[in-house]
Parts: sequence; C-alpha cells; structure tokens
Amino acid sequence: MILEVADLTVSFVTESGDVSAVDGVNLDLDAGEIVGVVGESGCGKSVTAMSLAGLLPRSARVSGSVRLRGTELIGAREPELRRVRGKEIAYIFQEPMTSLNPVLTVGRQIGEVLQEHERLSRKQVRQRAVELLSLVGIPSPANRVDNYPHQLSGGMRQRVMIAMAVACNPTVLVADEPTTALDVTAQAGILDVLRNLRDRLGTSVLIITHDLGVIADIADRVVVMYAGRVVEQAPVVELFAHPHHHYTDGLLKASPTPGRHAGTDRLQEIPGLVPVLTRQPDACTFADRCPAADQKCRGSAPPLTASSGSQAHLAACWHPTRQEAKR
Amino acid sequence: MTNALELDGLRMHFGPVRAVDGVSLTIPRGGVTALVGESGSGKSTVGRCVVRLLKPTGGVVRIGGVDVTRLSRRELRPHRAEVSIVFQDPAGSLDPRMLVGDVVAEPLRLAGGSRLSRRARQQRVSEALAEVGLRDEVARRYPHELSGGQRQRVSIARALISSPALLIADEPTSALDVSVQASVLNLLADLQRDIGFACLFITHNLAAVEYLADQIAVMYLGKLMETGSREQIFARPAHPYTQALLAAAPVADPVRQRAQQKVLLGDDMPSALDPPSGCVFRTRCPLAFEKCALEVPPPVRIGDGEAACHLVQADGTRPDVRTGAHG
Ligand SMILES: Nc1ncnc2c1ncn2[C@@H]1O[C@H](COP(=O)(O)OP(=O)(O)OP(=O)(O)O)[C@@H](O)[C@H]1O
Ligand SMILES: Nc1ncnc2c1ncn2[C@@H]1O[C@H](COP(=O)(O)OP(=O)(O)OP(=O)(O)O)[C@@H](O)[C@H]1O
Ligand SMILES: [Mg+2]
Ligand SMILES: [Mg+2]
Repeated sequence: MILEVADLTVSFVTESGDVSAVDGVNLDLDAGEIVGVVGESGCGKSVTAMSLAGLLPRSARVSGSVRLRGTELIGAREPELRRVRGKEIAYIFQEPMTSLNPVLTVGRQIGEVLQEHERLSRKQVRQRAVELLSLVGIPSPANRVDNYPHQLSGGMRQRVMIAMAVACNPTVLVADEPTTALDVTAQAGILDVLRNLRDRLGTSVLIITHDLGVIADIADRVVVMYAGRVVEQAPVVELFAHPHHHYTDGLLKASPTPGRHAGTDRLQEIPGLVPVLTRQPDACTFADRCPAADQKCRGSAPPLTASSGSQAHLAACWHPTRQEAKR
Repeated sequence: MTNALELDGLRMHFGPVRAVDGVSLTIPRGGVTALVGESGSGKSTVGRCVVRLLKPTGGVVRIGGVDVTRLSRRELRPHRAEVSIVFQDPAGSLDPRMLVGDVVAEPLRLAGGSRLSRRARQQRVSEALAEVGLRDEVARRYPHELSGGQRQRVSIARALISSPALLIADEPTSALDVSVQASVLNLLADLQRDIGFACLFITHNLAAVEYLADQIAVMYLGKLMETGSREQIFARPAHPYTQALLAAAPVADPVRQRAQQKVLLGDDMPSALDPPSGCVFRTRCPLAFEKCALEVPPPVRIGDGEAACHLVQADGTRPDVRTGAHG
C-alpha cells in the first residue's frame, strides 16, 4: 500500500460548540490505483482529504494514523509535511480560477512549483512547463504557456491546475471535486487526463466527488461516506451492481441516469437530511433515514465488515440490502 | 389556443457580444421544454429576456399570445404575474434580511396585491409553503437558517404564489446534492402536473431532464442546434453537438459507462464576441468539412424536431460523431 489511513478522526472546536467531521475513517490507496470517495455535502470528504498532508486549520483536532509508504504523517513536523506536499501528495481543488494567480502567466505559475523542489534554469523551467501542459492535453502548449488564467476556459484552467499538481511527479494526487464547476464536456476531458496520468506515470489518485457518474467512469474502487464515517467500500462494478448499505442504494437510485428511469416519472428520494453531529453516537447515523432501521441500529454503531464472502466489499450495516433476490 | 411562450428570432447582444443570436422556440400551455447547453451558451440570457430582466435587442417574445418585447416597465406590470423565475443559487437570490414569509409574499405585493388583506396574504403564503413541502413556521425564519434544498423550495414557493402560466427554472438543482436534487426535481414535476403551468427548464445536465421535459432545445453559442421531443433527443439525436453532449454525460453505471465510446470535444468553446463563420459549432465538431465554414446551416426538419447541421437531411439522414460517419 502507498497510503494507509487508519481510524482517522477529526473534530473542530467552534464558537457554537464542537463539530465532529470525521469519525474513525479507514482507507487504503495502492500504487497506480484510482479510489473514489463519494457522499453528500458535509459528510467529511474534504476534511479527510486535507488531513492527509496536514492542510487542516489549527481549530482541527486530528487523531488516528496516515501512513505514506509506511511513514506516519499525523503529528509529523511542518518541514516534513512541507516536503510531502507537492512532492509526494499533491492536491487539486474544485475552483480553478480562485487557486490561480490572475497576474502571472500559467508558465510562471508552473515554474514556481517546479523551483520549489528542484534547481532548474529558466530555459529548463519553460521547457518543463510546456511538457506538462502537453501532458494534460492543452493544445499548442508552447503558445498557451504565455497565457494568463483569464485567457483560458474553465476546463483549460483545471488542466493547468493538474499540470501544477503533477509538476513534481507526486506519488498521490488528491482531486477534490475537480470537475464540479465544469461542463460535462470539459469534465470528460479532465477525467481522461487523470486516467492518463495513472496509466503513464503510475500516479495513485484519490478522487472526491458527489457525482456517481464520475465514480462510474474513473474509479477502480469506491469509498462511500456518510456523516463522517465510511459506510461502504467495494470495487466499482461490485458496488454499483450490489450495494449493501441502504445509503449507497438510495444514492444510486436518486442519481439521474438516462435509461434507468424508463417507465417511471420520478427519481427516488432519500427522505430527511444529513445530520450535523457534535458528538458521534454509538448508533448508525443513517438510521433516521433508513427504510430498514430498527432498535439495534439506534443502539449500537455497526462495524465496517466484509459482508457476502468478498473481502474487498465492506459495509457498515446491521441489515444489509437483500442482494440474493437481485442476482 | 395560444401558447404559453413564443420566441421568434430572439436576439440579445451586449455590445459586440452576441449572447443570444436568433432563437425561436414555442412552449404550449402546460408544456415543459428543457433548454440545454454548455456554460456561456446563452441559456440564462434567454430566460432573463423572457422575464424581461433584460430588454431584447431583436426578435419577439410573446407570453400567452401577447407581445411583451418592447413594453415599458409600467406596461409590463399587468403581465408580471404571468411569468416567474427560479434561479440556480438559492442563497444569492433570496434577500438575507427578509423573513421567509415576506420573501414568498413579495410577488403578491409587487403585483398590486396590497389590496389583499394581511390575513389573506398570510393564508396564501402558508398554502404556497405547504405546496412545496415546508412547514408554516419556516415563514418566520431567515433564509440562512434553512438548508440549500429548503431555500430552493422557498424560491419555488415564491415563484408559484402568483399562479404564473409560465415558470422559468434556471438550473434550479445544479447547486444541490443528489438526494436533495431528486426531491426538488420531483417536487417541480408534481407541481407542474397538478397546477399545469408551462415551464422552461434551463440546465447543462441532460440527464436531469429526462423524465421532466417533454421537449428539449439544445443551445450552443447563442443559437439553437437542435430541438425535438425528449424521446427523440435521447434515442436518436441528430446534431453532432447533441450527440457529443449525451456521450459526455457520465452514466452512473460503470459497466455501461466504460463500454461507451468517448467523444472528446476539447475545452475550446469560441467566444461569443467573435463566433466562427458558418456553423458556430464547426471549430469543435469532429465531422466539420469545408461547407461548415462557409454557410450557416438552416434548421432542417427531422422526425418531430429540427436540427441545424449540413449533415442532417429531411429524409432522416443524420451523422454519427462516434463512428465519424456522414449519414
Ligand atoms: N474549519 C472548519 N471549522 C468547523 N467545521 C468545519 C470546518 N471544516 C469543515 N467543517 C465541518 O466538517 C464537516 C465535514 O466537512 P467537509 O468539508 O469535509 O464536507 P464535504 O464532504 O467535503 O462536503 P462538500 O461536498 O460540501 O464539499 C462539515 O459539517 C463541515 O461543516
Ligand atoms: N450583462 C452582460 N454583459 C455582457 N455579456 C454578457 C452579459 N450577460 C451575459 N453575457 C455573456 O453572454 C454569454 C451567455 O451568457 P449566459 O449567462 O446566458 O450563459 P449560460 O448558458 O446561462 O451559461 P451558464 O451555464 O454558465 O449559466 C456569455 O458569453 C456571457 O459572458
Ligand atoms: Mg468538500
Ligand atoms: Mg446560466
């Protein structure tokens, strides 16, 4: 394993009391693997991602373990974390415009990243920048390298962000909603770039999204989060074909998918709202919205365990959906 | 019978920017038409011309048979109640200093509903809130005290309180989580069926409209590329752009999604400041040939709709961007 996250727990101290954001998350990432993290707004996806390289604000209380090739990062010193960021774990975020500097050309910005970790001449920097732009599929990169961000479309700006993120050939690329602000056409291009990076450079990718279509397109394995916990984890085809957790099942049925709704005229809803928790209860946090919940679910938290035979398919549910009938 | 909405060669130019450049469209009473296209294609501008937040620079807007294109603010007033609009961002479109009850009642006041007694107005507000599935007490809260889905329900209640014959819904669910999106889409579909208002549903996500719209209009760079019934657009899209949009929308099913042949258009949407000669889509069209740069393709009748492409013929001949076949 390249990256091993074990029992990661994060809470925030706020003026209106504590917020429990992540509760005992376990997550692995293998070399060259693309793992998708999916779940509704506020379920802790970004907090999980940011805690990997120590990007959380001071108000965060973090416990548990994050090991990168065996080296513990939780509690690591700032110089060590600074080396890890960019060179080992690189990030791209949702909004490419706000993360780019509007007054510098894209070539200069890529150059700054390169020079943080390597000594290069100006000519080398420019050449590397052009190579990187070409790697992320920007046409005529030798001209684009001198463009300012506002001269590029949203999709191209996100490609530039990826070029900056992979400038130092990181082991792990964390992509937090990289396509949420983009059109479907630009999104398809970005997903293609991520897949290419994995295939050509062997980069491991952790992609965070609330869009099951994106997951279906690119992930090898899927982690489903709900209210700070991992509720299900499985290889992608297995998860979509046989969701075990009722939350996963509900998410799948609520996602508009051409063809799936033939014969019906509405989408299935998941009634109720994601709870905001000050403290994690010893109960299934989905129980209030779950069609199968009973006293047991409200009285103790189900562990994440392998359910039907496959060691790769885990779910945290006392009453997993009945899959036998569907098979 | 008169139509709910007729657009005839609608143009909205902002100086040199041709945001909307000759759009013709008819929505019958009680019909739902989806206006689909990428960011910047001019969808919102069409919507804003219809509700006359903008005064079109050319063409005609008829609402319920009445030409409202050049009416002054005063002359418009009696027609105001006929059309309402719901925006994408429920946070930005609701006045944060107003109580939800007053927000919802505002259209009544603007339409000269001051003749309505306070009691009668409150009565209408609680009915409107009940219609969108919100409890009465929500009226005494502020918008920021509600969730995103609840705020969008408030916008819908406000839009419908004046019993409009036409609702413009501008990406009403794009900012919402899947599960919340499903409930808002279902709500709109139910209300539309019960009340029977006509609807122009603006979105960049074709999948979201599959079971809501009966007609679909596909827009690119200020012009309509294709129109047709939902069944036809999904099953037999004629225009290369429609085909590419459908192919780019990821399906939440890994087996189908990975088997699907990708069509990558590139991110280079031309500027509305300087649209390409001939067919505006030609610079990204995988099938473009010489004629496309020289002649603007006129809309051609195909099946139950129209497509503006040199490769589409009235005998049913249509191109296929996946195979690159011309017909
Ligand atoms: N700096 C912070 N201070 C206090 N609470 C925070 C902070 N950052 C995040 N949270 C809370 O932690 C929880 C998890 O947030 P997180 O950003 O990880 O959600 P997410 O799954 O990424 O959601 P989204 O899909 O909206 O991006 C939320 O309840 C959020 O309000
Ligand atoms: N007030 C304005 N002044 C100048 N240009 C404008 C104005 N409003 C819109 N435009 C331009 O008109 C074009 C169409 O914009 P519009 O907002 O209608 O697109 P859209 O299809 O709704 O896109 P999105 O999906 O991003 O909402 C864009 O090029 C935009 O920059
Ligand atoms: Mg997030
Ligand atoms: Mg818009």
